Amino acid sequence: MRGCVQISSAITALLALMLFSATAALAEPPQRVVSVNLCTDQLALGLAAPGQLISVSRLSQDPASSVMVAAAQALPANGSGAEEVFLLSPDLVLAGTFTSPDTVRALRNLGVKVKVFAPARSLAEIPVLLAQMGKALGREAEADLQIKNFRAALAKLVDAPSVRPRAALYYANSYTTGTGTLAGSILKAAGFDNIATEYGLKAGGTLPLEQLILSQPDVIITGRDYPGQARAENNLTHPALRALDHTRIAPTLSDRDWICGTPQVLDAVRAMRKLRLSLEAE
Amino acid sequence: MRLAGILIALVAVLFTVSLISGYSNTSMADSLAALIRDNGTPLSVVMREIRLPRALLAMMIGISLGLSGAAMQGYLRNPLAEPGLIGVSGAAALGAVLAIQSGFALSYALALPLSALGMAVLAVLAILFLAGPRGSSITLILAGIAISALAGALTSLVLNLSPNPFAAAEIVFWMMGSLADRSFQHVWLALPFMVVGWALLLSLGRGLDALTLGEDAAEAMGMRMTRMRLVLILGIAASVGAATAVAGVIGFVGLIVPHLLRGIVGARPSVLLWASALGGAAMVLAADIAVRELFPTRDLKLGVLMAMIGAPLFLHLIYKTRKEMA
Repeated sequence: MRGCVQISSAITALLALMLFSATAALAEPPQRVVSVNLCTDQLALGLAAPGQLISVSRLSQDPASSVMVAAAQALPANGSGAEEVFLLSPDLVLAGTFTSPDTVRALRNLGVKVKVFAPARSLAEIPVLLAQMGKALGREAEADLQIKNFRAALAKLVDAPSVRPRAALYYANSYTTGTGTLAGSILKAAGFDNIATEYGLKAGGTLPLEQLILSQPDVIITGRDYPGQARAENNLTHPALRALDHTRIAPTLSDRDWICGTPQVLDAVRAMRKLRLSLEAE
Repeated sequence: MRLAGILIALVAVLFTVSLISGYSNTSMADSLAALIRDNGTPLSVVMREIRLPRALLAMMIGISLGLSGAAMQGYLRNPLAEPGLIGVSGAAALGAVLAIQSGFALSYALALPLSALGMAVLAVLAILFLAGPRGSSITLILAGIAISALAGALTSLVLNLSPNPFAAAEIVFWMMGSLADRSFQHVWLALPFMVVGWALLLSLGRGLDALTLGEDAAEAMGMRMTRMRLVLILGIAASVGAATAVAGVIGFVGLIVPHLLRGIVGARPSVLLWASALGGAAMVLAADIAVRELFPTRDLKLGVLMAMIGAPLFLHLIYKTRKEMA
């Protein structure tokens, strides 16, 4: 019994020590930052001071998913596992809300500071994320500059078109996303109406192929084709999609610009705006 | 003959209902008009490119599975034999997955059904080898469990190793089967193999009738057992292989349908063959209508529904044959 008490008081002392060093670390910017999520990778790559970020997740080195491949490849990649991340002895770990909760818990139990970022659900949330990341890295000034540039560039791209074409976002497994998502927000900013709204799909959900055809959108924007084969992607090549007379199938737009709430989504808005102007010209 | 009329009428009705089942609330007359005459509307596209191939596939797959079940039960003289339960469908799915994931199916369209057929042949051979021509139910089922488990594990392995993030989720489709969003490409791919398979299996009628008197009697009547076995293997592999390659494993059809019809046609395998073919078509059409009407946006797998009907029946059959198995 006494042994137990001794151990528990030792643990308390240890915890207090850890807490103290953690608060001490808060005061000055972190020096060894590891990111384990594609989106925090890219936000951090854009904001971190040279040498501050020491590892990014493997996905950010994949040209199909990441818009910052070159910068990411300059750093060692991690597989987002608690063990290998801990061995890098980071003083801050950047994770997403979709990072496995077990990983986050394990790292926190080991005394590592983990900051969790929610994914962006709209263009308006991107400045918020930039500010959060700037604060976490102690790079507030850079974040403010990027926020200003982002707002200015976005304002230039958004206009009020007289006609808003009806567009459908159509991914593998007949999945679509609505206005409550980053993709929906990009679509709206580029001057399109989203047909998911007509079916009450705000966040997203299944848009059966039949429903898609019957709603006759002006343009169908399909998701990217992943390597390898999957029946889930068969719907993107179904002959019925090509049988509609008045519907344009947009050339596959690169997914990587759409995934993460970083200033690079402006490229997606730009590409979609170009598509809308080309529809108008027809 | 009256039974044939009733079954054909049932298939025709279910085929029509299948054509008008879907997500849209258009009237039956509009839908059928748009099917018959391409009037340039999106409804025409839906009817011709989505619903018609789906209904045709349901019918074709039903014929294949019903026929295979009846033929296999006749040959093995065992009411528990069924392509899904004894692993033939599972092996065919493995063949299809291998063809798709290796990229073979892309470079050469026929690679998909051929590969499924090849694996199905292997599975039937393994079953016949393990259970023997007159194997007891217990060996038949145990051999089937082993082959199903192996084929299922290998299918999962191949899909898990795929670089495609959606491939692993596909395991459900291959194990449970679905007809969602299939197209005419799939109809044309499967039909030639199925027709050959149906012809082979239907030709077995007389031989299976003779076999009810025992192998010696059948041979005395001029039936050549080795030839019969070969025709059976190829017929089942071609029909089940093609069906599985386009729709995944749909189990229990070949078990339920012959069981339901056996009481009506009596113990005559030759009649049971074509009756089960028609009955199978009706069953799969009905199941495919049900999955769309019950959960329109959920893509409920056909195999789920079939198992809910089939598994209790399977338990019932095991209970009935438990004396033999003990």
